[in-house]
Amino acid sequence: METSSISAKDVNFYYGDFQALRNVSLEMERNTVTALIGPSGCGKSTFLRLLNRMNDLIPGARLEGKVTVDGEDIYGKNVQVVELRKKVGMVFQKPNPFPKSIFENVAYGLRVNGVRDRETIRSRVEESLRGAALWEEVKDKLKRSAFELSGGQQQRLCIARALAVQPSILLMDEPASALDPVSTSKVEDLIYELKKNYTIVIVTHNMQQAARVSDRTAFFYLGKLVEYDRTEKIFTHPSEEATQNYVTGRFG
Amino acid sequence: MASADKTARRKRRSEKAVFWLLRLMSLAVVGVLFWILGFIVVKGIEVIDWQFLTGMPKEGMTEGGIFPAIVGTLCLVAGSVVIAFPIGVMSGIYISEYAPDNWLVKFIRVMTNNLSGVPSIVFGLFGMALFVNTLGFGDSIIAGSCTLALLVLPVVIRTTEEALRAIDHSYRVGSLALGATKLQTIRKVLLPMAFPNIVTGLILSVGRISGETAPILFTAVAYFLPKLPTSIFDQVMALPYHLYVIATSGTDLEAARPMAYGTALVLILIVLFINLLAGGLRRYFGNKVKTN
Ligand SMILES: Nc1ncnc2c1ncn2[C@@H]1O[C@H](COP(=O)(O)OP(=O)(O)OP(=O)(O)O)[C@@H](O)[C@H]1O
Ligand SMILES: [Mg+2]
Repeated sequence: METSSISAKDVNFYYGDFQALRNVSLEMERNTVTALIGPSGCGKSTFLRLLNRMNDLIPGARLEGKVTVDGEDIYGKNVQVVELRKKVGMVFQKPNPFPKSIFENVAYGLRVNGVRDRETIRSRVEESLRGAALWEEVKDKLKRSAFELSGGQQQRLCIARALAVQPSILLMDEPASALDPVSTSKVEDLIYELKKNYTIVIVTHNMQQAARVSDRTAFFYLGKLVEYDRTEKIFTHPSEEATQNYVTGRFG
Repeated sequence: MASADKTARRKRRSEKAVFWLLRLMSLAVVGVLFWILGFIVVKGIEVIDWQFLTGMPKEGMTEGGIFPAIVGTLCLVAGSVVIAFPIGVMSGIYISEYAPDNWLVKFIRVMTNNLSGVPSIVFGLFGMALFVNTLGFGDSIIAGSCTLALLVLPVVIRTTEEALRAIDHSYRVGSLALGATKLQTIRKVLLPMAFPNIVTGLILSVGRISGETAPILFTAVAYFLPKLPTSIFDQVMALPYHLYVIATSGTDLEAARPMAYGTALVLILIVLFINLLAGGLRRYFGNKVKTN
């Protein structure tokens, strides 16, 4: 499967008068996991939502600068937002399966993108559920409501749902923060597996998690990108004092 | 210690008193309701038989049945649903999902709410002016249905809007993030979720309008018409108006009295049936939505 590279250059982002991102530049390579860390309100989610243009939905939001995926400007005139979002999948903090069956949840992205063939849909659903390490748990109850699953299973269902449309990038906004430790470690293992086939950007407040799953880590503070480097370096010898303070927990 | 104990006891006692007062009040209300219902059931059940339900009125409406009135009411109600449902749901979708949040939309929303407070006789007058005269429908099923639809419309718009607004934002975002368009999100995620509430709202308001007399008075009903309608441009009899007529202006009011109770009972049964249907459909769709 093709994966993609992402680049943001001199990005400023505003919610009305409030500037949420200040001059952020960041390059992410294919098949890497990038962790976005930083204190609450520093702009991590804002940055993440730029990458699949979910910020477009917020009235009064405005972007300056350039964001590209595989070298293509995703805010360019001819870009189809719907196509972009197929390529750049997203998993949210709170599991948000649709009130449909497990099967239909995963098939949804295919159906809205015009896939009609039943066999294609069936096999893609199975493939995606396997990819999200959920198949064995749900294969006998695909017709049951997704709401009958546990929170952790629901989150993996949402990951499967995102995988089904075959994105090349996966954005995850604190995907494990609403989960118990066992489900969390399942999701982390999953992220590790997915790295082979996807470029992943993950927001997390959990330093161990960032250290475990990511190759590179970006530390944001007050809308600025303070430091961006190999995860190992960020957590052992960061160049900035602020980063050092944050990763060691000496920071509000 | 002793005084704290006393306060606690006093508190408990006054709580008990209030509880009993509330209980008595609700029992009284329910009691009156059952008394009225019981009265009509007892009086009405005597005249209700197959002949009453399927026959034509005879002898200055003191004999025979009320079949044309039943058919007329069903036609009017069905017509109003066919008109109000699509228009109301689409307006509700527009207001909730598409309309910008400006003063005009706020104004429309307030006016829609006010509309449901307008006395139904005013709707009747308006319906006569617009549908009967200006559009030339004459006194007919179509004119009556349109007028009733105006009455239901604010309710349908509001329940649709509220049902959509009640849906958590995360479902919209979740759908859009998968590459769905806004329209697909509305059709495939939001509407199925809102549907049980919309249908319940619609059916409940239909239950209410099926007993309305004023809106159809100048637009659809005939005083006495012992035959069935053959087109939507025909006049009809209707249960509430028929009831009014035989209770107040027949040739022999005393002789028609039992017929009036029978008509009232049929009307109540229809409304009751509609309300039960609303509950049933809601449960049915509620279950379906979760698993389809
Ligand atoms: N829809 C919005 N409208 C206005 N301001 C917003 C909106 N969303 C976020 N903000 C503001 O932008 C800033 C960055 O928010 P963002 O959600 O990106 O932070 P975050 O780093 O993800 O925080 P957290 O860790 O708490 O999720 C915050 O100050 C926030 O108040
Ligand atoms: Mg956030």
